[in-house]
Amino acid sequence: MHVHIVIQEELFDLKKESDALIKASGDAGALVLFQGMVREFDQAVQLEKMMLEHFPGVTEKEITRIILKAKQKWDIAGCRVIHRVGAFYADDPIVLLMVTAKHRLHAFLAAEYIMDYLKTEAPFWKKEFLQDGENYWVAAKKSDQEILARWQEPDSE
Amino acid sequence: MITITYFGNLKDQLQCSEETIAWESGDTESLLTMLRERGALWAQALAPENIFRVVVNEEITFSVTEIVSGDRVALLPPVTGG
Repeated sequence: MHVHIVIQEELFDLKKESDALIKASGDAGALVLFQGMVREFDQAVQLEKMMLEHFPGVTEKEITRIILKAKQKWDIAGCRVIHRVGAFYADDPIVLLMVTAKHRLHAFLAAEYIMDYLKTEAPFWKKEFLQDGENYWVAAKKSDQEILARWQEPDSE
Repeated sequence: MITITYFGNLKDQLQCSEETIAWESGDTESLLTMLRERGALWAQALAPENIFRVVVNEEITFSVTEIVSGDRVALLPPVTGG
């Protein structure tokens, strides 16, 4: 399986990244691509900017672990994660996750699984700066944790 | 000696991003106990009910883990990426 993880400040290029993944994936019939962007109105006051920081080295290791866990569940051919850090404004792309597989269902499910765990286990922290001057670290959402329940299997693995 | 790095809101709350402390032997639990004994601010920030993770030498620990002199420890508040 082709795995490629990059944490960078620069903007990524969807076409370039997806072409590289398809090329590295061999005989894949499906590509699922997810891009996350900065939301402007998550609270009453409009967002001025957002800062995202991470734990270099450990972040890449954790995302790799999550991808390998997904590989045990679905037959995926390749996975690329480009996660940006630094300062962001409304609509800025933050994360690009792409999964290739022979069949679309595997690509869809693996992409959702990797994204759900990335949000709850990869060491990234967001700090939001509002237009009224207030700033705070974004608290972890209980809903993100609850979403993980959908991957729990009733029988022991 | 061990080095401790603090991330996210822990860094701001504790007004500390990295420190080096004397260390003979112990584990992740005894380190947390020691840090909580520094005072109300530390006890509150590192309260057991706040879910945060301890990293030892770039490995996230999911259970009590031994720490030896020379190790690099990091304390991670709940993550909010993606």
